[in-house]
This record gives sequence, structure tokens and C-alpha cells, in this order.
Amino acid sequence: MNTIVNFLFAAIKAGTPLLFGTTGEIITEKAGNLNLGVEGLMYMGAFVGFLVGFYTESLLLSLLAAFGAGVLGSLIYAFLTVTLKANQNVTGLTLTIFGTGFANFFGEMLIAATKGGAPKLSAKFSAKLAEIQIPLLSDIPYLGRALFSHNILVYLAIIIAILSWAYIKFTRAGLYLRATGENPAAADASGLNVTLIKYVNILLGGGICGIGGAYISLLNGNGVWNNGCVNGQGWIAVALVIFASWSPAKAILGSLVFGAFTIFQVRAGDFAAEFPALSFLSSIPNAIYVMLPFLVTAVVLIITSITRKREGAQPASCGVNYYREER
Amino acid sequence: MDTVTNVSARGEIAIELRGITKAFGSVIANNNIDLIIRRGEILALLGENGSGKTTLMNMLSGIYHPDSGRIYVNGNEVFIRSPQDATRLGIGMIHQHFKLVDVLTAADNIILGAGKGFLLRRNRFEEARKVAERYGMYIDPEKKIYEMSVSEKQTVEILKVLYRGANILILDEPTAVLTPQETQRLFEILRRMRDDGCAIVIITHKLNEVLEISDRVTILRRGESVATVKTSETNAAKLTEYMVGRPVTLKIERPDTKPTERLLNVYHLTVEDEDGVTRLDDVSFSLRGGEILGVAGVAGSGQKELCETIAGLHPIKKGAILYKKENIEGKTPREIIKLGISMSFIPEDRLGMGLAASLDIADNMMLKSYRDPKSPFTPRKAAEEMAKEVIKKLDIVTSGINQPVRMLSGGNVQKVLLGREIHVNPSVLITAYPVRGLDIGSSYVIYDALNEQKKRGVGVLYIGEDLDVMLELCDRIMVLCHGKVTGILNARTATKEQIGLLMAGATTNERYGEEVVPNE
Amino acid sequence: MNKAATGTHMPRFHIVKRVEMTRGEIFILNLYAVLIAIVAGGILIACMGINPVSFYGTVIVGCFRSALSVKSLIRIVIPLLIASIAVIPAFRMKFWNIGGEGQFIMGAVFASYVALFFPEGIPHLPLMLLMAIAGIIGGGIWALIPAFFKCKFGTNETLLTLMLNYIALYIIQYLRDGPWRDPAAGGFPKIAKFPERAWLDQLFGVDISWIVAVLLVIFMTIYLKRTKHGYEIAVVGDSVNTARYAGMNVNAVIMRTMFLSGAIAGLGGMLQVSGEATTHTLSMGIAGGVGFTAIIVVWLANLSPITTVAVATLIGMLDKGCGVAESTYGLSSAVSDILQGIILFTVLGAMFFTNYKIVFRSKQSIKSHTAAAPGGENK
Repeated sequence: MNTIVNFLFAAIKAGTPLLFGTTGEIITEKAGNLNLGVEGLMYMGAFVGFLVGFYTESLLLSLLAAFGAGVLGSLIYAFLTVTLKANQNVTGLTLTIFGTGFANFFGEMLIAATKGGAPKLSAKFSAKLAEIQIPLLSDIPYLGRALFSHNILVYLAIIIAILSWAYIKFTRAGLYLRATGENPAAADASGLNVTLIKYVNILLGGGICGIGGAYISLLNGNGVWNNGCVNGQGWIAVALVIFASWSPAKAILGSLVFGAFTIFQVRAGDFAAEFPALSFLSSIPNAIYVMLPFLVTAVVLIITSITRKREGAQPASCGVNYYREER
Repeated sequence: MDTVTNVSARGEIAIELRGITKAFGSVIANNNIDLIIRRGEILALLGENGSGKTTLMNMLSGIYHPDSGRIYVNGNEVFIRSPQDATRLGIGMIHQHFKLVDVLTAADNIILGAGKGFLLRRNRFEEARKVAERYGMYIDPEKKIYEMSVSEKQTVEILKVLYRGANILILDEPTAVLTPQETQRLFEILRRMRDDGCAIVIITHKLNEVLEISDRVTILRRGESVATVKTSETNAAKLTEYMVGRPVTLKIERPDTKPTERLLNVYHLTVEDEDGVTRLDDVSFSLRGGEILGVAGVAGSGQKELCETIAGLHPIKKGAILYKKENIEGKTPREIIKLGISMSFIPEDRLGMGLAASLDIADNMMLKSYRDPKSPFTPRKAAEEMAKEVIKKLDIVTSGINQPVRMLSGGNVQKVLLGREIHVNPSVLITAYPVRGLDIGSSYVIYDALNEQKKRGVGVLYIGEDLDVMLELCDRIMVLCHGKVTGILNARTATKEQIGLLMAGATTNERYGEEVVPNE
Repeated sequence: MNKAATGTHMPRFHIVKRVEMTRGEIFILNLYAVLIAIVAGGILIACMGINPVSFYGTVIVGCFRSALSVKSLIRIVIPLLIASIAVIPAFRMKFWNIGGEGQFIMGAVFASYVALFFPEGIPHLPLMLLMAIAGIIGGGIWALIPAFFKCKFGTNETLLTLMLNYIALYIIQYLRDGPWRDPAAGGFPKIAKFPERAWLDQLFGVDISWIVAVLLVIFMTIYLKRTKHGYEIAVVGDSVNTARYAGMNVNAVIMRTMFLSGAIAGLGGMLQVSGEATTHTLSMGIAGGVGFTAIIVVWLANLSPITTVAVATLIGMLDKGCGVAESTYGLSSAVSDILQGIILFTVLGAMFFTNYKIVFRSKQSIKSHTAAAPGGENK
């Protein structure tokens, strides 16, 4: 049983940065913009969040800075695609290159400026990211350990995802967001300010991606800055958006599944030891597990296009820029 | 939401347009138009497709900005920069292509951009239902738009506008997709709103509807306002004349040729569009070599579908099309081209059908013949020669054969299209609106080219809009109304009035030149 | 009616679509954009306390200071160029194939199978040809998958090709860790080096892949401009309706063109894997993002094969030159990515002005306009 609990615990941790990135990208895509720059935004958030945490030792400031970095990165994207109507794919890819370069360039400088060449967050700072035992809930056998004794950012990710879900589904602004991404011409004719809605949501989404990056740099490297730390997780987040059928609520579950894929190989041995019937799991090569998020997503993508479902599909205008006087 | 109470005296001017001009690239859509819209009145904006009605109204709804001219609402000059501005001024437009978000419910579409409050409440559905009831309409507020029929969608569009408190309503071709019963219901609603003091504009090209619903009519032709008349003081024939052109004396040559064999036989042809609406209804006619058969009818009467079906681009629901003795149903467009059937259709935007706008003139010349050589290369040299010939023959104004078609002015684009179709020596030439938007001189070049084809023994199907021209150019004229043939007349003896009546829905048994009425 | 007040101000400017810009004008515009970007990058460099002029000097000189550096520049440019040429036909058709990376990889994988597991008796030349064919098939199949689903079900090609990139990447990992693992490498997971007969020949001291690249540029230019296939691509990309009207089988054109696109990328993968840049072996880093960069390259090159050569070379120079600057100034090589990002952002932004223009109204005309309003009631 402990194996399962530990596995769940680790899967949730591994899924958290993905959840941030996915939630951010869902909000962006809901506005009708496919931003392929998630990887870059996460890198920017990762570095800026780390830098501020490193110098100020304030978690709040660190997260705010990471959010701000994401906002700034996506501001470039929004300005180019919304105002200047540049191709979304190309702009997003460029943002990935830029963001990756940004983090690694300044990361290198930080490393050079640190004695010993390994910038490490202070113990005081890292203590703020220690696992929290939620009173009462964490005492529930098994589940308490798996679900209710995580670090604060895990809960933040879930809260943001739930809030985003509620925002999109239940608020008026969320309705306007959905309308804009589905049919900007209709939204415009209804009197919505399409440009403003796109900007606000692209920036919001970018900021959330930035926090996802910070999660990686603050927690996954044992508090030490690593160049290249995001390492493709932004792309998994883009895939997860499809897997979660553009719903932040489903993304919570999806991030658990994708998180599980990423750590499965490490844990497969434990499973095999405890449940001999599952020993085949450890014989599946790791490559398959890391491939699974993309494979599953591709299959989901194809199936939804075959069934032609209207709900749970990509917002109809996604990828196409809007110009009112087009005819 | 008090639509009616704040509206003052009936007959008061709600909107005045002065000297509105709007161009899209080289195409002038509206030229110096004046227009007055009054409260308590239904104004019909009448004109052929492409005459600039929708463009003009889009400037009131904030979609387009006029290049010049002034707009006054309630006596004050306004600049309508966006749909929000239009809404604030009480202007609401129901677009022909509905501007609704498919995946949202009816209620959500209605409150979009207009409701208040942070959260969406359950009672929005109730609210939407109530708005509907107030105007004697019914909708299911929780139904998604993509599950709705066209008339339901239109109801949502109207409610959306009313919910915003609009008291100046613009409806763009609202009956195009409705059944006669649904049309009557809509008219009932419009009359009630008029009697409440709203100003209503209905954009249409259907004469009978104009006569039935409107109080006043403003007629647009080729982007210009040609007349404004009281409905009670006019009739279908007069309106037709305004719409399709002034009775000027034309001197178009009509060479006498001996019509040869029947090249095209159409039997009981019925086709539907994607929405399942019948577009051609039991159409039968034949086309002989060496004649020009005109097709008259208000735009949208099935002309486009007729062209596309013969060209193999539209599925046949019932009936058959025979080329000589060969049934063309099931043939690919390419096989039909090979038979010698050539089609040139000038759509309203002039591009997108038959031309690749970003390619140059020479490349567009070989669209249908590029496969001819055995080699893997395109016959570019031949196409260049052809382009030069066509440019010379039809007086195309261009910087050269390498100029992208997109950069040509509208009339020249048309000449490129028609020139290509003629150049492949077809045996049947279908041409739709070939002189649309052309000046007189250019038009004559086209007429001459068509006559030359006729003399060569080609069967020409000429779909046109200007009745005067058709009466002089064609040998016979077939009239379409709502997809039905209402008569086939001898163009040498027919009158404009006769045709006008047939266009408006009257029928005659005359099938001139169809000795054997096909029946099978 | 005072709530109408918001609608009473004449807008100061609005955006309209422009008719067309000439090639010359576009070139000048892009030149300005690149200049602005270089200045912006220079400011960044200056903030680091480095003289931007000498920095840029180092970047350029760094690419050409010796035969060795030119060779390594070529080594960077060639795979990028081939991957770029590969996506051009797809993009011309408005098929958003961002799967060049995956197609490149699959070409390399298929070619590697031939190199590693075909009988030893096959001599060098036939083997290379077989590898090339395998690469073409591998890349082609990988591109046909999204084309098929697009034609059949309308599946979003952008997202599907994106996923296929990563699936391809992890196929390498699977092969490396499992079936193709080199037992001679001890515990280290790697794929064996190819036997020498599967190595790419060299000419003038560099892999002959540069000749293939040159041939591909010529081929693609002619293919797009002069052949029936190229013509069909242009028409489908311009208007599917017109293509149907001309009797083209649009789905067949899409499938065929995507196969070509993937095949060229696959050939690029085969050349890369058998060349010296990768030391004649298949690894996870085989494509290293060229498939993604290629998309940006062709977009900036306006989908023209010839211009693509120039853009790919410039991007390659930036990569290589920054590598040199790295050692000279002690900067991270990531500076190349940042500069690339800045340049690309500016050029992308500048493209706006090729399609749209902003029409300003002067204050004067607004004033005179207002004064003429009836009753002077304007608020």
C-alpha cells in the first residue's frame, strides 16, 4: 500500500508544474491564441522566480516575480499576435527560443556570480516550501500522505486550476472569454472588446505558466539553479491541454496522470516488488512512459476530430488572428 | 431595456447618413450615399447582391468605418467606432450570416456583452425567456446554438439586439433562410415593433417582401443610392427598373445565327444547399449551340447553384443534366471541363472562385489546361502567350502578365476569368455576371466576346442582372424565381415588365424554343 | 441620449488592410527590422559592459576566421537549411506542418536501421542509397500520418504534428535503451557508431550533405515554380474552392505534398545521422530543434527557397558566432538564443506593415470636421 501512496505522492508533485503550465495555456487558448511559447514562459518564470527567491528569501516575492516574468513574456506574444497580427505558431516558437535563451543566459551569469558555481536557495527559503501536514486531513490513513501533506505550491496549483475552471465556466468574464476564442467576430458584434479580452487572458495565462516554471526551479533541483531545468515540461503542458479537453478541472486529473508517466519508471521496481502481478510494468522501457503523454494526446486529438464533438474541442478560432474589417 | 418608452414621436428622423463613401482596396462599395431612417417606419434597403447594402449598414453597426461622410443619430453627429458604440446609440443589426457563438446557449448569446454582475446566474435563462415572450417569440434559452434550426438562430439574433435595448433595428436579408410561414411570423414581429415606435431597416433583394412589409424603399445600385420612394406609390416593375438599371438605349449587337443541336439538356433538376434548403426546384431547359440563353432573376434565386451543378461542384438531388447524350452526374469537375463545358462565375467578391488571387495572370490562365502537356512541368510558355492574347483582346489594364491577380482592379479580374474560359474553345460557356461592376466600354468588350463565341457555335448560358442588356444580347431568356423556372421567353419580343413580373414570382407556361417539353 | 456620448469622438487612427507591397519595399522593411533588432541586441550587450560593435565584429569574424570555423558553420547551416526547404511546400499549401523535427528524426531512425542492421556485404554506395531511401520513407510516413487525419477527419494538423515530434524523439530513446543499445558501450545507454561504409562521403573536407542541400534548393525552386505539382500546391494554398473548380483532387494534393515535405526532412535526418557532425551515430540530440527553427526560418524567408538559404545562413552565423563570442567574452552561448529571439520578434512585428497600414487623421481635420456638425451639439 505504501508503494501506491508514495507513488501517488510523487506523481502529484511531478504533475504540479504541468498543471500550472496547462492552466495558463488553457486560458490563453480559450482566448483564441495557441501559444507555443509555454516552454519559454516557464523558463522565464523559473529563472526570475529563482533569482528573486535567492536574493530576497521571500516566497511571495519570488512567486510574484515569476508571475510577472510570465506576464512580460506573454506580453511580447500578445503584442505581436493580437495587435500586429503575426503568425501565432511562429511567434510562439520564437518565444520558446527567447525564453529558453533568457533563462540560460542569465542563469549562467548567476552561476558565474556565485561562489562555488552552484547558486542555492537559503535554508530559510526552502523551509517555506517544506511539506505541510494539513491538520486532520493528513491523518487520514494513506490518503492523508498522498493528498494532504504536500508543499504549498501543490495546493496553489490546484486552487488556481479550480479558480480558473470556475472563472471560465461561471463568471461573466469567463463567458466573454469563451465567446472571444470561439468566434471573435460574434463577440465583437456583441459589443465585447476582443482585443482587451485577448490581452488580459493571454497575460494571465502567461503569468500562471511563469509560476509553473518557478515550481521547477525552486523545488525540483534541490534548491540549486540548473540551466535547462524546464527541459520540455512546457511542451508536455501544451499536450496536456488537449488531453484535458481545454478544462482546467480535468487538467488536475490529467496532470496527475502525466505526472505519473514521468515518474513511473523510477517506481516501477517498487510496484513489481509489492505486487508480483504488476511486474510487467517494470519491464516496459522508460521511453514508453515518457512518450505516453504525447502518444495519448495524439490519440485523443484524433478521436475528438473523428467524433466531431463541439464541446471539449479546441476553441474554434484558436490559431487565427482576428481583424474586424476582414471580408 | 425599455425599448419603446424612451422613443419619441413617430416619423422623427432616427438616423441620417450624408455622403457616405467606403472602398475596399480598389473596389468602391459605397459611393456618396445619403439615407434617412425614421422612427415608426420600416425602411427597405433594396438592391442586387453586391450593390453595397450590407456594407452601408455595417458602418452603422460599427463593423466598418466610412472613408468619408457623416452619420447623425437623433440629430447629433456620431462616429461609430465599434459595435459597442452602435449598441450605446441603440442600433442593433441582425447579420445575414449570424454572429452567434455556436457552443454557447441561446441565453448566453443573448446576454453576451450586455448583462451585469460578476457571476452568471441561473436566472439568465428565465430572463431570456421573458424577453422572448414580451415580443411574442419563443426560444429554449438553454439550447446550444449549434443544435438550432436557422429560424431559431435568427430569433436569438433578434432577441440579442432587443435585449440591448436597441430601438433602431437593421435586418440583413432576414428571410433568406426562412420558410414562408416563418417569414410571416417575422413580419408580424417587425410590424409590432414598428408600431411601438422602433426604426426598422430591412435589407433585401426580394421585391414581394419589400411591397409587403416596408413603408419606404431606398434603392441602391452599384454602390450608389438611386432612389427613395414610398412603398404605397410604387410597384414591382418600377422597383425592378431602379434595381437593375436605367432604361438607356443600348446598341448591343445580336448576330442572327442558326441554333444547332441541343448541347445541354437539363431535366427536372433539383438541388439543395448544405443546410438542406432547396435551391433549384424542378428546373428544365435546354441550351443549343449558337445561341445565348439568358438567365434572369433576382440574385439568390438559384443562379449560383445552377452554375455549380453544371460544373460538377454541387450534388444533384433529383433530375439530370445531359451534355449531348451523356449524363454528367457523377463526373468530376475535371471530366466536365474535358467535355468542353466552361464556367466563369463572378462572385460578389470577384475572387475565390475560378481564380487564385495571389498567382499572376499567366498562372491563372493555365488553371484548367495545366495538365495538358505530358511533361511534369506546367505549360508556362503557352500560358504566357495566352495571357498576352487575352490582355490584348479584352483590353486588360495591368503592369504585365506577371502581376498577381489580386492587384488588378475588379473589372480586370473579371476579364482575366472570362478571357480564360473563352480561350479554351469550349462548346458550352456558362458565364455569370460577367459585366458586374464594369464600365460601359469594358462591358461592350465582353458582349462582343460572347457574340463571337455564339457565332462559333458555342452554347452560351448568360446569367445576368441588367434586363436591358439581356433583352438586347440574348436570344432567349429564362427567368428563375426561388429556384423555379417561371418562364422562358423570346428575347426579341419580350418586355422588361413581363420579365419583372416573372422575377417577382408570377408564372407563365411559355417555354420558348423548347419545342419538345422534356418529360420523363 | 447622453449615453451616446462615447460615440461622438472621431477616432484618431484606424488600421486598414493595404493592397500590396512590392518585393523591394518588403526587403527594405525587413532590413530596417533587422537593424532595429541588432541595435536592441547591442543595447543588451552594452548592459553587460561589452562593446556591442566589437561583439558583433567577433560574431562575424568568428564564423570565418579559419577553414575550421567555416566548416563548423556549414555543419550548423546544412541541417537547418534542409529542414527549412522541407517545410516550404507544406506551408505554401497552408498546411501548418510544425512536425519537421519529428520527420527529420524518423528519417534518421530509418536510415540508422539500414546502417546498423543490413548485411555487412553491401558496399558503401548502395548502402548509402538504401539509407537515403529509408530516410525518405521514414520522414514521409511520419508526415503522411497528420495529412491523412487532416484530410479524412479534419484533425488539427498543428497540434498533431507537434505531438508526433515528441513521439519520434522518444522512439530514439526507446531504441537506445532497448533493442539498439550498444553492448560494447558498457553500462552506458547509446546506439553503436555506424560501420565506416555507412559514413557520409566528404568533399572539400565537409560532408557531401551540402551538395544535397544545394540540389534541394534548386529542386524546390523549380518544383514550386515550374511543375504541375508546384502549381497545384499554390492553387490549393490560395483557394481550395478554386482548386476544386479546376478539377484538382485537393486531398491527393495535400497527401502528396506532405509526403514530399516529410521525405525531404527525412533525407535531412539521414544525412545528419551518417555525417560527422553527429559522429556517425543516432542520439537523442540528432535534430536538436532544427525542425522548429526551420519554421521560423521559412516564415522570415517568405517561403522562398532561395531566400531561405540566406536566412538559414544568418541564423547559423548567429549560432556559430555567438559560440565564439562566448569564449571571447565569457558569455553564455545562450546569448545566441536571446539575440535570435529579439531579431525574430522585430521582424515578425515588422511583417504587420506589409499587410496593414495605419491611417491617421490629423488633429486639424478632426477639428474642422467637428465644427461643421449641425447645431454644434457635439459634446
